[in-house]
This record gives sequence, structure tokens and C-alpha cells, in this order.
Amino acid sequence: MTEKFDAIVVGAGPAGNAAAYTLASAGLDVLQLERGETPGTKNVQGAILYSDALERIIPDFRNDAPLERHVIEQRMWVLDEDSFIGTSYRSDAFNSESPNRYTILRAPFDKWFSEKVRAAGALVICETTVTELLQENGRVVGVRTDREDGDIYADVVILADGVNSLLAKKAGFHGELDPKNVALAVKEIHFLSEEIIQSRFNIKGNEGVVIEIAGAVTHGMVGTAFLYTNRESITLGIGCLLSDFKKSGVAPYTLLEELKNHPAIIPLIEGGEMKEYAAHLIPEGGYKAVPRLYGEGWMIAGDSAGLVNAVHREGSNLAMTSGRLAAETVISLKGKGLPCTQANLGIYKAALDGSFVMKDLKKYRQLPEILHGNPHFFSVYPQLLNRAAHTMLTVDGEDKHSKEKTVRNSFVEHRSLFGLVGDAFRMWRATR
Amino acid sequence: MHIVVCIKQVPDSAQIRVHPVTNTIMRQGVPAIINPFDLAAIEEALQLKDRYGARVTVLTMGPPQAEAALRKAIAYGADDVVLLTDRAFAGADTLATSFALAQAIRKLGEEEAVDLVMTGKQTIDGDTAQVGPGIAKRLDLQLLTYVSEITDLDLSAGKITVQRRSEGGVQVIKTRLPALITMLESSNTIRFASMPNMFRAERQVVPQWNRDRAGIEDASKIGLKGSPTVVSKIFTPRPSSQRAKMVGADLDATGVANAVLDVLSSDHPRFAREIGLVTP
Repeated sequence: MTEKFDAIVVGAGPAGNAAAYTLASAGLDVLQLERGETPGTKNVQGAILYSDALERIIPDFRNDAPLERHVIEQRMWVLDEDSFIGTSYRSDAFNSESPNRYTILRAPFDKWFSEKVRAAGALVICETTVTELLQENGRVVGVRTDREDGDIYADVVILADGVNSLLAKKAGFHGELDPKNVALAVKEIHFLSEEIIQSRFNIKGNEGVVIEIAGAVTHGMVGTAFLYTNRESITLGIGCLLSDFKKSGVAPYTLLEELKNHPAIIPLIEGGEMKEYAAHLIPEGGYKAVPRLYGEGWMIAGDSAGLVNAVHREGSNLAMTSGRLAAETVISLKGKGLPCTQANLGIYKAALDGSFVMKDLKKYRQLPEILHGNPHFFSVYPQLLNRAAHTMLTVDGEDKHSKEKTVRNSFVEHRSLFGLVGDAFRMWRATR
Repeated sequence: MHIVVCIKQVPDSAQIRVHPVTNTIMRQGVPAIINPFDLAAIEEALQLKDRYGARVTVLTMGPPQAEAALRKAIAYGADDVVLLTDRAFAGADTLATSFALAQAIRKLGEEEAVDLVMTGKQTIDGDTAQVGPGIAKRLDLQLLTYVSEITDLDLSAGKITVQRRSEGGVQVIKTRLPALITMLESSNTIRFASMPNMFRAERQVVPQWNRDRAGIEDASKIGLKGSPTVVSKIFTPRPSSQRAKMVGADLDATGVANAVLDVLSSDHPRFAREIGLVTP
């Protein structure tokens, strides 16, 4: 008994669910395979949900999706040892009928998304690992699973098996992940009552706050930290490049412990009970690290394709969008009666290139290299900024002109005028 | 051969969490699993099927969501499943549950005579170990509890040989079919489902039997009405602080008995009076 489907989707994360949902909604015969016990049990994210990407797939998701809080305020903090300097943006306009960003907990959210996929008509089979792609004459024709009689065939296979896509690697579609292109992030969830969270963050109802953090807490490694408010908990996490962890020898949990003990963070999580700890790899190589995205009978989407915008901490929306575009590619080809050959699947890449996914990645394509080559962005500048603020805000009889001079000199002394101008130019070029 | 396996969907007690703020048990989000002892019964039934050929029907009574447990059973290799579900069954204790299950097994027997009924030795949420024996009694089946292994099955002679754990040892028992076996958890490990069975589990229709379909006419024997058990109080037992006493280690049987009686009448005079050991 050989099973054959229009499409097989490997993985039930944001990319896989978006693909399977879109394919099934179009009436295609789709099989989704997930190695976890249920969808969501293996999935880790901060997590922020960006409405737009999901709205294009499930327009009325707000009716029943398990959302925690909608974000009305974003703070950016640059930390020194015992201080931080920061900015924040808060707007009542984010309290609109259809908020733009939400905090979510991935376990319940993924369960919900998967129920939608099943309701749309996809066959979802869990606890089943795809061990390799079946290939005939250089063409992917199906998958092999870890179960007895486990070969399953399909016209096209969409790989959404997450960061470190072992399948793509095994099939030779991309090489080993470069530690320079992967961040390792760890996070904890601390439970606190709704009332405490509301009063600590000056919010009401389901309003939420996001704090993005950089500086001393990463020990000069390329990385950032974050704090998200959920309904009854706070998610606190930190991530740095794997290559930097390797070089520094600092353990990720050490960073998290230090973050939790920073004077700026302590009062926010005080009294909370830590209930969850998770760690995950994030592909942060950007545009230049994106592998081949399609071939004979296959496409790759989401984290497995390295589609993460590290600068803006966006990933799940790129995943959902790429999953949807991969599915729409199949739907379009099926509609025209065309096979899923490499030549025909080129429209997937074209669609990605035309979307924010590739445009954003391309915009920041130089950034990874600049950050690798300039670790002072994560060590020297945070310190200088905090000291400058401290100098300017300390009233001690010294005149303001002299204080400005002290600040200026501290920058030049630590980074030289040439270095400062160079940094500014490089940052401008990398983000323009 | 027709084997009916009775299973129960239970909350995974290993994953029950206490809400950190309200200190109440968080039932929401606790995964529902097949009672681990019942998994051993399913696996043993499937091994009998592999060895001797059999039709394995898995039966459960529960709310509609118990269907998930039956789909798992299909994935493992069960041929048929039946979900006994009806509002009339709600609130059943072990007496009412075993009555309803026995009726359903009787009904299943009308299609194909049942040779063997199997179930776990107990559930992890109720811990009573009463439902299996209750079914055996009602259907007049030979009862074999705490079975660790089925060593032989002679279909032509209608005989089954099992090993059952008893206090201080293992009993090897041979009896006639039809029989009811309750399995120990450690007796085997549930198999890894094959891909074709995974597909079958997703696609097979799970028949739902209500009271009428199960052929139950007497509504007073099912659900809350058929359940005389009343939980009057729940408490945490306090560990006893009394120390055990050794008496008469070097005496013969009569001597030991007399020594025990002496201790009873001196340490527990009221008890001794009540059982007539000493006259008041």
C-alpha cells in the first residue's frame, strides 16, 4: 500500500502550518508530518506574533487564537553593569481593533494553528520523524519516515523542519550550519499575577510591553536580550552567536542568570516563579547565508531556509510568509496542470524576492559581517553611552561645557575619531 | 480468536501542575494519555494476535474526546474500536462502569464470540483495580489479575497459561477460556506504530455507542444512578509514628499467637474487649 499526496509538508511550526493550511484550504491532498508528540511540543520562540503575516493566512485569527497581550509599548535598553540608557515608544494607537503585534506562548498557539490546519483538511501525523528525502533521478519524490513501511510519496515536498534542517543537509541542499550564522538563545518564563504585571509595566487589560536589551549582559558577544509580558507571566531571554559562545567559553545560562540579577531587571521579575526553561538555535546569517530555496520537487521555508531578520527580531512572520508563498506556488502550478520541477518552482523564489522577506534580509545583508568584525558595538558603546548619560545627569558643580568635553573625549579615547566615523559609516551602509 | 481490550483515557499524572498563583491543580493543558497499564494490555493482545492470529477490538467508555485514545490504539494495530459514550454514563463508579463495559462486550460478542478480555491491572487516576474483576464477574469469565506474562494459549483446547504476580512469588496458572486478564505495567513495552497503521488511525471511523446501542435497558445500573460509591472525605493520610514490635521470634506457632494476643490485650485494651479477647 503506497501513499501518495499532492504535497508533503515536513514540520508543524509557523512555516509548515502556514504551508499546510494554505494547501489544504485550496483543496489539495496534503500530508503534514511532525516529530513532536503534538504540534508545538518541540517549538521554541520568544515569542512575538506579527499579525500581518498570519492575517494573510487566517484573516479572523483573533477570534479564537490563544494570544497573550497586544504590544503597545516597546522599550530599547542599552545596559552597563549597573545602569541602562534607553528609549521607548508607546502609543494608544496600538490598542486598535486589530493590533499589530502580540506576545504569545508557542505551545498553546501552535496547538491552535494545527487544529486550523486539520480543519482545513490536511492530514496531520505526529510523533513521526522524516529521516530522509526519497529521490529518483535527482528529483525528490517523497519522504522516508522512521516508522515501519514508512515511505510516502508526493508531487512536492515542502521542508519546514526548522533551524539546522537535517533533511536539507542530508539531501545536500545546504552544508553544515556555520556557528557564525547561528545564535543560541535561552529563555525562562516567570509566573506573576495579572495585577502585578499590569502595575509593574503600567498597562491595563491585555496591553503588553516588550523590552529589547543590549549591552553589558552579553559580555561583549554579538547578541541581545529581551523581556516580554504575557498575560500571567514574563518571558526573559538572551541570545548570542554560537561562535561567540564558543570563543568566550561563557555558558548561556550564566548570561541569563546575570540578566535576571541586573538592577534594571530585578524589580520587574521579583516574586515570580520560574516555570519554564527553553533553549533554541536561531539562524541569523541573513541574506548571504540563505541556501538554495527550491529544486526538483522540493522547496524549503522558514527557519530551515534561514529566513530570520535578526536586526528586527522577526522570524515567525518570515516563516509563515515563506510557507504560504511555497504553498501558493504549488497551488498555482497544480491549477495550470504543471509539474513541480525546479524550473517551475522558480516562482517561489521570485515571490519571496518580491516580498518583505527577501527585501528586508537584503537590506541588512552587510550587517552580520560588520558585527563580527566590530565587537565594540556590544561592549564599548554600551559602556560609553551609559557613562555619558551618567556624566550629564550628575549635577556636581562642574559646568556643562566641560562635561560635554569629558563625554566627547571618552568616546575618542576608547574608539578614536577615525573609528567613530568608520563605525557610523559602516552602520549607515549596513542598514540603509 | 476475538480479544477485547478495555482501556481508559486518563490525565498524565506525571504532568499535572499546580497553578503558581492560585495553587489550584491546572487540569487545562494536562495531556490525556492511555492508562499505562492498559497499554500493556493492548501490547499483550497484539502479541497474541501476532502469535496466534486474532481480531483485537479496543473498547473504552468516556467523553467524546476519548476518541483520541482509540485512534492511538488503532495506530498500535487494533483492528476495531468502540467508544462507549452517552451522557447517561456520566458519573459512573467502578460498579456502574463495569456493568456498562460488560454489556458492551456482550454486544461485541454477538458479532464474534469473545475469547479473551484484557485490561490494565488498574488506572493511574482511580487506582481501584475493580473494573476488570467487575467485568469478569458479570460475564462469568475466568479471572486472572496481575498477569505479567501469557506463556501459552491453546486455542483448540480453549486453555490459557499465564504467570501472575502474587505476594512473595509468581504463580503459573492455567485456566479455560473465555477469561479476563488484567496486566501489570512492566510486562512489556508498547510497540512503535507502523506508518500504514498511523494512516489508518487518522482515517478509520470510530464508532460511538450510546446506551441503546450497547443494549443497556436498565438505566438505574449506569451513570450516577448506578453508582452507590460516595466519596465522603478526601484527606492525606498521616504517617504513623508508632514503631513496629517483634514478638516471639524464637517460639512455635502457638507461642507466637499467644505472644501477639498478649501484646494486643496490653497495648490495645479497647480493641481486645471488642473482639472478646478479654471480658470487660
